[in-house]
Amino acid sequence: MNLLAVRAIYLFELSRWFRTLTQSLLSPVIATSLYFVVFGSAIGSRMTAIDGVSYAAFIVPGLTMLSLLTESVANASFGIHMPKWSGTIYELLSAPVSWAEAVAGYVGAAATKSMLVGLVILATARIFVPYHIAHPLWMAGFLALTAVTFSLFGFIIGVWAEGWERLQIVPALIITPLTFLGGSFYSIAMLPPLWRKVTLFNPVVYLVSGFRWSFYGVSDVGVGLSLGMTAGFLALCLMAVWWIFKTGYKLKT
Amino acid sequence: MTGIVSVEGLTKTYASGFQALKSVDLEIRAGEIFALLGPNGAGKTTLINIVCGLTRPSGGRVSVGGHDIVRDWRAARTLIGLVPQELSTDAFESVRATVTFSRGLFDKPKDPAYLEKVLRDLSLWDKKEATIMSLSGGMKRRVLIAKALSHEPRVLFLDEPTAGVDVELRRDMWQMVRTLRSGGVTVILTTHYIEEAEDMADRVGVISGGKLVLVEDKTTLMQTLGKKQLTLRLAQPLATIPETLADLPLTLGADGSELIYIFDSKGGGAEIAPFLRRLEEAGVGYTDLATRESSLEDIFVSLVSTRP
Repeated sequence: MNLLAVRAIYLFELSRWFRTLTQSLLSPVIATSLYFVVFGSAIGSRMTAIDGVSYAAFIVPGLTMLSLLTESVANASFGIHMPKWSGTIYELLSAPVSWAEAVAGYVGAAATKSMLVGLVILATARIFVPYHIAHPLWMAGFLALTAVTFSLFGFIIGVWAEGWERLQIVPALIITPLTFLGGSFYSIAMLPPLWRKVTLFNPVVYLVSGFRWSFYGVSDVGVGLSLGMTAGFLALCLMAVWWIFKTGYKLKT
Repeated sequence: MTGIVSVEGLTKTYASGFQALKSVDLEIRAGEIFALLGPNGAGKTTLINIVCGLTRPSGGRVSVGGHDIVRDWRAARTLIGLVPQELSTDAFESVRATVTFSRGLFDKPKDPAYLEKVLRDLSLWDKKEATIMSLSGGMKRRVLIAKALSHEPRVLFLDEPTAGVDVELRRDMWQMVRTLRSGGVTVILTTHYIEEAEDMADRVGVISGGKLVLVEDKTTLMQTLGKKQLTLRLAQPLATIPETLADLPLTLGADGSELIYIFDSKGGGAEIAPFLRRLEEAGVGYTDLATRESSLEDIFVSLVSTRP
């Protein structure tokens, strides 16, 4: 095991993030505050409580998930796309570093960053709404699992994308719609029966549902199912990354 | 005996069908400076990239320090430092950060004193906190060299190190290469500048069309270099050189219809008349003759143009 390489990649990636800390932390904080002003206070005051939870409190887990997913994908895809684009990836590919070590470094750093953003958002939300967390350990577990899984997904996109435009396409066209339609702002029980069925194909539903359960003990789908679906997506991403390094897809000729 | 880098029957065919390497065999001796010459697209970079793990071989074997680059890739790669042809740098990072990163990547614990020495040797110490994008092209090249040296490699690959580099850096770089060699590091470089190969290398290899067409000690090559060449078009093609002329440095060319006599150019051509008399005595007739001085450049050009 080349643990020094994992450490080097991890620290290198984190330092890049800390260099632009204002931009990395302030923008999600401002965005979340805006969501709370609009959805929590302005609209939320006219909404009825969902499953006994006030609307403003109801959207806290969903909003956190929204940022967690976009940040994970954005951080991880940028982290690996940058060296690929600038050509500095030659060094990683010629180094005594296995795929697992490279992924541990890049994905570990990206997941750390997005988890920090998630925690900052939760802290910001606390200013607007006095939510409580019923199962803090499960909450932390879902946070970490989601961050790692979607950082892996971002890593794959970063390798696959051939330009900066493509790097933006997946978050804009897939992640954001899936999150908005994944029950971040509503309970899927509010949907007509047909759409409730369709929405079950959206993996984000399981993430949001499980995450919300760790807060309020209520969920759209079973917690076990939430965990299972997330773990399944994680396994899929791991297999894809393993395949990328085995075949050298878009990395080696 | 196998060398520090041992290449056996190495082939590479790209997905496009282009055959970049056609069964290359090469032994690099530990501690030598080896210059790989060849025109663009000859396979120089492909060869280097395979040894360093950036490109997958289609066939054949490569070992570095006795470690197979596929089976024992970790041990092999730890020994290698690579300075690529392109100026690919982490534009937003500081010089110190990028060099520290490189050392960690190659599984070496931190050693600030060693990194300081590397940066000082490359006149980068004053710039250690500067972001790389603020540096000139020559300084970026130095950063790439510092990165390659950061993990104390035993074998250093320099792919076109002096392309687009000013005179001062070129001089510094050759000084550095000599210092490295005296420390036991093997240096393999590719270059377009033949004078550079003549000046620096212990041995020279010429690659053309994916084949290694010549590997020679530089001193042997230099002996050929200081010679003149007399080419005779023969009246009757010869299958072999007549026994009476066996003591002369003669070779047959163009399927036996040309006889080539190589002699020392210092004599100012005094050898030609006796040589022609001996030809008459041996009964070898000729229809035309030409003399010219050979240089490494000539040898290089003829090697790469006659072989497909």
